Amino acid sequence: MSANDPHTEEVRRRQRARAKVMGLALAAFVVLVFFVTIAKMKLYGA
Amino acid sequence: MNSTAIDSPPRTLPADWRDFVALTKPRVMVLVVFTGICGMLAAPATLPPALAFTAILCITLGAGAAAALNQWYEADLDALMKRTAGRPLPAGRMDRDSALHFGVGLGVFSVLLMELATNWIAAAILAVSILFYVVIYTVWLKRRTPQNIVIGGAAGAFPPLIGWAAATGTVDPLPLLLFALIFLWTPPHFWALSLFVRSDYAKAGVPMLPVVAGLKATRRQILIYTLLMSASAIAPWPLGLTGAIYGATATALSAIFVVLALATLANPATEPRDMKPEKRLFGFSVLYLFAVFGAVVVDKWLIA
Repeated sequence: MSANDPHTEEVRRRQRARAKVMGLALAAFVVLVFFVTIAKMKLYGA
Repeated sequence: MNSTAIDSPPRTLPADWRDFVALTKPRVMVLVVFTGICGMLAAPATLPPALAFTAILCITLGAGAAAALNQWYEADLDALMKRTAGRPLPAGRMDRDSALHFGVGLGVFSVLLMELATNWIAAAILAVSILFYVVIYTVWLKRRTPQNIVIGGAAGAFPPLIGWAAATGTVDPLPLLLFALIFLWTPPHFWALSLFVRSDYAKAGVPMLPVVAGLKATRRQILIYTLLMSASAIAPWPLGLTGAIYGATATALSAIFVVLALATLANPATEPRDMKPEKRLFGFSVLYLFAVFGAVVVDKWLIA
């Protein structure tokens, strides 16, 4: 299987797309935890 | 069980990320999210926006996890039905382990995040709802009893209870009645559907009521559950848990539901093309649930 046969390229393409989605999800999670923390600190007056 | 095609799908390609999204049944989620939000908005306590958003997100992810695990377990069955044969697993676009890992991971994540953002009661009910749908419904009862839909309905009835518990940290009579409402709504809703897609379920060997007990018995059961559902839909009003806006809406819509169920009972048709009353009942049932839950919220916010 050479590096640029159609099959390998399709595998790479899907891996890239999944990594991108996972990266976006993680970034969103970081933002979410930030806002949850702020809200919790206000709730409990910390 | 002929599942060789399912156990050894082509593993040459990693699944496309869109198929993981499809695994969560995004279209079914609309009702889950909506009833969850309504349960939360009907509660006497109000969450800060960030926590409310997170709680609804957790309910959504939990429902997605349950759907993914359901498809992980039912891939052999889904392959036999026209409606479900195109799902990622039966179509061979994803291997079963990926679906299992995705489902378990998403479920655990949703429960932990719920505890972090709100309280352990909401997190516990969320965990119970996922386990109930996957273990009690999918694994245990769906293929064993024609009352499978009734059991499955209980799983779908949790969101308003979780939304309420996320806001208040308690379980109270109103969300329990809303739970009962969805629980009793599910059988008429799905049996109406199963009357006109009956042949598909028969092929897959799922003991749906029309297949096992016949059309007449199914139509009678639809009416019985419709009456019980109407009772629990109207109950919050005389009990003083909601106001007249909700009471009038629930009563009027339940009356229409009963009329449509009676029309179904009166229909002797055995062929799907003659099942107009069944199709109308199915269509109205979706509208009914949205409208009644909307009324709970409108009623609460107008009185406040």
